[in-house]
Amino acid sequence: MGENRFPSPFELPTPEGAEGWEELYPYSVLFSEGRRDYEDQQFWFMDSMHWGWAMSPWDADHLMYAIASLSQYNSRHYLVPPANGIDFRVHLGYPYFSPVGIADEAEIGARVPQFMERAGHYFANWDSLYDNWLEKVKANIAELESVDFSPLPEVEPLEIVTSGRGVGTGWDLQAEYHRFQDLAQKIWQYHFEFLNLGYAAYLDFFGFCKQAFPSIPDLAIAKMVAGIEVDLFRPNEELKNLAQKAIDLGVADAFANPDDVDKVHAVLESDAGREWLAAWDEISQPWFNFSSGTGFYYYDKTWLQDRSTPYGFIADYIAKLQAGEDISRPIEEIRAERDRIVEEYSELLASDEDREAFAGKLGLARTVFPYVENHNFYIEHWSMSTFWKKSRELGEMLVKEGFFTQADDVYFVRREEMDNLLFDLYSAWAVGASPAGPHYWPNKVTKRRAIVEALQKSRPPKALGPPPAVVTEPFTIMLWGITTDSIDMWLNPDEGGAITGMAASPGVAEGPARVVFNADDIGDVRDGEILVAPITAPSWAPVFSKIKATVTDIGGLMSHAAIVCREYGVPAVTGTGQATTSIATGDMIRVDGNTGKVTKL
Amino acid sequence: MCRSCPVVEEHEWWVHRTVTPVPRVARMRDASPYVLWFDEYTEDDRPRVGGKNASLGSMITAGLPVPPGFAVTTDAYESLRSHPDLVAHVRGLLDPLDVSDSRLLQKVAAEIREAIVALPIHADIEEAIRTAYAQLSAHCGSPAGPEQGIGVAVRSSATAEDLPDASFAGQQDTYLWITGADSVVEHVRRCWASIFTDRAIAYREQFGYDYRQISMSVGVQKMVDPRAAGVAFTLNPSTGDRSQVAIDASWGLGESVVSGEVTPDNFLVDKVLREVVERTISDKAIEYRRVDGVVTVCEVEDERRTVQCLTDEEICAVAAMARRAEKHYGRPQDVEWAIDRDLPDGDNVILLQARPETVWSKAPRASVSHGAYDPLTSIVSTLVSPMHRKNQ
Repeated sequence: MGENRFPSPFELPTPEGAEGWEELYPYSVLFSEGRRDYEDQQFWFMDSMHWGWAMSPWDADHLMYAIASLSQYNSRHYLVPPANGIDFRVHLGYPYFSPVGIADEAEIGARVPQFMERAGHYFANWDSLYDNWLEKVKANIAELESVDFSPLPEVEPLEIVTSGRGVGTGWDLQAEYHRFQDLAQKIWQYHFEFLNLGYAAYLDFFGFCKQAFPSIPDLAIAKMVAGIEVDLFRPNEELKNLAQKAIDLGVADAFANPDDVDKVHAVLESDAGREWLAAWDEISQPWFNFSSGTGFYYYDKTWLQDRSTPYGFIADYIAKLQAGEDISRPIEEIRAERDRIVEEYSELLASDEDREAFAGKLGLARTVFPYVENHNFYIEHWSMSTFWKKSRELGEMLVKEGFFTQADDVYFVRREEMDNLLFDLYSAWAVGASPAGPHYWPNKVTKRRAIVEALQKSRPPKALGPPPAVVTEPFTIMLWGITTDSIDMWLNPDEGGAITGMAASPGVAEGPARVVFNADDIGDVRDGEILVAPITAPSWAPVFSKIKATVTDIGGLMSHAAIVCREYGVPAVTGTGQATTSIATGDMIRVDGNTGKVTKL
Repeated sequence: MCRSCPVVEEHEWWVHRTVTPVPRVARMRDASPYVLWFDEYTEDDRPRVGGKNASLGSMITAGLPVPPGFAVTTDAYESLRSHPDLVAHVRGLLDPLDVSDSRLLQKVAAEIREAIVALPIHADIEEAIRTAYAQLSAHCGSPAGPEQGIGVAVRSSATAEDLPDASFAGQQDTYLWITGADSVVEHVRRCWASIFTDRAIAYREQFGYDYRQISMSVGVQKMVDPRAAGVAFTLNPSTGDRSQVAIDASWGLGESVVSGEVTPDNFLVDKVLREVVERTISDKAIEYRRVDGVVTVCEVEDERRTVQCLTDEEICAVAAMARRAEKHYGRPQDVEWAIDRDLPDGDNVILLQARPETVWSKAPRASVSHGAYDPLTSIVSTLVSPMHRKNQ
């Protein structure tokens, strides 16, 4: 790579209109003079895979919770021999990460026995620990649900006085907020309890396959491991059931114009319609706590919040069912195909010893995989949508109290500022005078919204600082798919303007592109188009039965887009970095999911 | 736009061929004892169809696609051979013969062969051959008549009681590109007669075989007329990866690929996923084609030159066929194949030749596991050196 390096964070200009962006994030995640020597020597890559858009202050909190938790499990719980945590910064609204590896071989060696004991405990007891994990996550969600952001009462209830409690609802409100943030952080602690180990087991199997069969498609490996009964697919399966139910009840016509949810509900004003709505209600908890985005942004909407998206999918399924199509997941076929693939690769191995290692590694990868697939539903979708719902309740309360003009102003207040805000609210209530906040926050929020908007329009570089000679840090490779080669490609982009990415789901397709920037536009996608998006979410799954192929800017082989595309047998190229900027809606393109090439025709 | 060129030696395209169950040719309900289709007979029929035909049948059973065809059974030859006139005639000529007199041998042999060819065939036999030929032609999309029909190879397939392989004792005459029922019948007779070539007679005399021990079946098999052809390796020749099939393919006969006169299209197919994982489409300037019965080098029209010469289905069918050959022979194979233009889609991949792959198969395969498998040790070493990515 020679003298090639990425820009220093200290030399990047602030985009117009984003001046003062630093105040959106805590001092601890900003590049700063105090740590400049260190920061300028490090290689930082942007995690556009999870946070592909500029973050509001509350969006950024989850980034911080997540990466601190990830790090903590590597560095303090399991003592992953060659890896400590991932250092993180927020720069110009986007996250930059720098893995902290361990280079000293003696130190690595010293950590091995501890890792084997600690991680060994998890691998040996995976299933029971996972069952336990599900209970913990559900309990955490229930606790989040119980958080109470009711407005302060005019007068304390009598009971508070007579019980001799000694503290009032003003204190409670602040305590609820603290509890709320603590629970939010816990979401991420749980998220990473299993993830790193799960990926390590997967990587172990993956590496073995690549050694035995140098050209084995990544997809083949994923197919051998992937689960059959996956909670992540459940929401979509339930939509299919509801489509069938609408037909059975004779209310399928109600979905003729699914974008207009009120109209759909008006048509469902009948016994049969009410029966259908009852069926929806029954299944919607928890399965429709399903975000139309990644779940990482405050504006991502769940199917519960906005039914037009799931109703649109139901309408598509109804049309398919009425045309006589079988839309059920062919579980038996998927299972038979998976077994066949495993058997045939096993047969092609060189020795019985290899076959034994293959079987062992595959077995462990399969053990860990339910977590790897399903955590996405329990954390990113269900836990996070509960977090956002409660945040909205807080925002709504503060609109009533005059601090905000709209509920989602709440996301533009940093979490420690919210502590001050609530004290302002409480103390003014206690004093019986006016709080300062209503004169302070509306302007502040307006300004911060404009900053995020300006940051949104500018895409900072994929990486900062000097590139590493070779990427060896396992989590950089495993979780983000970043390799020496990919960094090299960022530094020396293909001159021919070819769009390349990961061959995430095989097959070749040609057709008109439909560029979709966010979930609200997913309804624009027409049959036979090729979906081009920054990233896709699992909740977009139903659209995959319409499209010919998918291209994303962001995401690796185990990204949600890749998993869903393989499930639907739709060719996909992920992680192109530039598809949405180089391709326009209506362009004829060819997507080769076998080679990872996208060509404009 | 063909430039004429010397005839390339006509290959016996059907040698070692294998086809998937002969695309079941529509055939008569009441099977004649004189005709057996390749995919119809079992090992028990070997004495009635001869070694060559039997091996075609066993390749079909193994799923190796040889072109479709049928055997005229030994029953037919024997009914002719037992004709009293012929028996007396042959005995009269052979009994006193001194085979060291080559001129006399030649004369006697020719006389016997003429007698055989001139002998009227039983109407049932002739009818069975004509009907089967018509069915084969129809299957290949070609109407048949006394002088028209699909091009076939007519080939002798000798057999002998108690002799495991009688090929040495009968002559292996082969007639290529025979067209029309009349000509097919005539060449079947010539095959029968070929038991009495001078060489065969001398050979039998020398090793003490009686010509009456020898019987003759005749194979009638569709000639391959390749729309595209090439070679396939059942491993990746550049990495030795056994999970892939590498295919080189170009228009017309396989000569252009084998000789290196064109840069062929190249495909890598994953054996397990059964998908094309890599493809390079080349500019294929020439092709070998049969023009008026002569193999000729032709320029490929511009519209076809840079077009992928196989459909993805055909690529996968070639790969699957190569994989079957590999399994059948128990080692990596290097196969020659063709896509026949006359056969229906799905049945048109033909195996022309299979031989063991020699480069990667020479060295013993290295094991990728290091000692007995231990999950944690293995994970630690993966974390310390996630080396698989270095291969990419």
